[in-house]
Amino acid sequence: MDINDLRAAFTVIMFVMFIGIVVWAWSNKRRSAFSEAANLPLNEPENPRSDNEVVKKESNQ
Amino acid sequence: MENQNTYNYKVVRQFAVMTVVWGIVGMLVGVIIAAQLVWPALNFDLPWLSYGRLRPLHTNAVIFAFGGSALFATSYYAVQRTCQVRLFSDRLAAFTFWGWTLIILLAAITLPLGLTSGKEYAELEWPIDILIAVVWVSYAVVFFGTIIKRKVPHIYVANWFFGAFIITVAVLHIVNSAALPVGLFKSYSVYSGTIDAMVQWWYGHNAVGFFLTAGFLGIMYYFIPKQVGKPIYSYRLSVVHFWALISTYMWAGPHHLQFTALPEWAQSLGMVFSLILIAPSWGGMINGIMTLSGAWHKLRSDPILKFLIVSLSFYGMSTFEGPMMSIKTVNALSHYTDWTIGHVHSGALGWVGLVTIGAIYFLIPKVFNREAMYSTKLIDTHFWVATIGIVLYIVAMWIAGVMQGLMWRAVNDDGTLTYSFVESLEATYPYYIVRLLGGALFLAGMFIMAYNVWKTIAGSKPADEAIPQTA
Repeated sequence: MDINDLRAAFTVIMFVMFIGIVVWAWSNKRRSAFSEAANLPLNEPENPRSDNEVVKKESNQ
Repeated sequence: MENQNTYNYKVVRQFAVMTVVWGIVGMLVGVIIAAQLVWPALNFDLPWLSYGRLRPLHTNAVIFAFGGSALFATSYYAVQRTCQVRLFSDRLAAFTFWGWTLIILLAAITLPLGLTSGKEYAELEWPIDILIAVVWVSYAVVFFGTIIKRKVPHIYVANWFFGAFIITVAVLHIVNSAALPVGLFKSYSVYSGTIDAMVQWWYGHNAVGFFLTAGFLGIMYYFIPKQVGKPIYSYRLSVVHFWALISTYMWAGPHHLQFTALPEWAQSLGMVFSLILIAPSWGGMINGIMTLSGAWHKLRSDPILKFLIVSLSFYGMSTFEGPMMSIKTVNALSHYTDWTIGHVHSGALGWVGLVTIGAIYFLIPKVFNREAMYSTKLIDTHFWVATIGIVLYIVAMWIAGVMQGLMWRAVNDDGTLTYSFVESLEATYPYYIVRLLGGALFLAGMFIMAYNVWKTIAGSKPADEAIPQTA
């Protein structure tokens, strides 16, 4: 076995890992966790409490 | 009052404002050197204003000062909000701001003085390189420290991209900057010859792949869903996008060295991986654009969304163009011509510039306690001025580049060259003028932005937003 067998094996391993990631990502049991994660930026309440009064900007548009 | 129950917006405010300032500085230098290419006398015969010294100042200022500040601002904002905790360490975060600012000032002094290590996008001399490494590791500690103390179970996909960008840039910078100092302002790379070139472009292309792509994809994955008000089109696709992109980019660097002393197999490897890169790049672009699905009408009325979505169109364009240019037969025509400059700016102005500007317009009112930017109309004006500027710029460079490539390779029947180099340069003049105009328009857009930002934050009180208390 020379170094080229190792290189070929590495390529195959990386390819199998990639297929594994795709299968994992599309598996049904990840569905709810991914949907939770996807909503992370949106579920946060906007300005729940601010120590400053929101300074109303002068309307000039 | 700022305390542990609020988000650290101070460092976000600092970086957000400096993004605009450094954007103007870096692009102004760009416009000056574009003018020098048309009228060389504009260097006034001063060494400090010569093209060779100002060009690295331009690239460093737009990539690391403008782009870098934008990445610090947006990543600090997004990581706190998606982890629902305050930044890991206020002191260290403040150190990253002042450290980064000092590095930029040192670059602005040393590059015009001609102090350079000569490595493209890594010109700064070794004492500054060490400072960069220290600040960058501090950035990593703040970012990952925040992720470790998060109050939510998931690590949002934007943070994966920001995280990959931070880790990879640390590795790239430290490996590529390894040098033997021979004085305070002079060092020699530890690599030599072809190896030096390969290390340099492994760094150089991954600076594009991780600094200018992965980091800004982090911006896309947080700010587009926020501005649209809908989650990302497909979270599954974003996971595959992440792993495919980061594992492919690493290998594309050799395409900068086609037809050089680099071994043939390495050149071909660089080409093949560049072609593979179309898949994750377009997957990510489609994921971002399709987030608008069902809400396309928002594009008509929301100029911030225009910036964010059009940036993705430019991203798609340049990530198609890049792999095409890495094909050896195409590269034989395009290499060393202005086509390359056009390609870079379609990515830099179109993708990085527009997505940054969109995100900063989103960010500024949030962290300065305003409901919106001072003028939405001016954002729209900025959008059109910038977009027309980009189109002029890249079209001029495409035409100039293809023309140069064809002129350089044209041969007479007896085998002699049809054109001298100077003839190709003369033919390029009109396009250099169009490019200057395009760049000036893009810069004008930044001034509009600066005015709008100024009017938004003048008299505002800093926002100290409370962290939602989840059970």
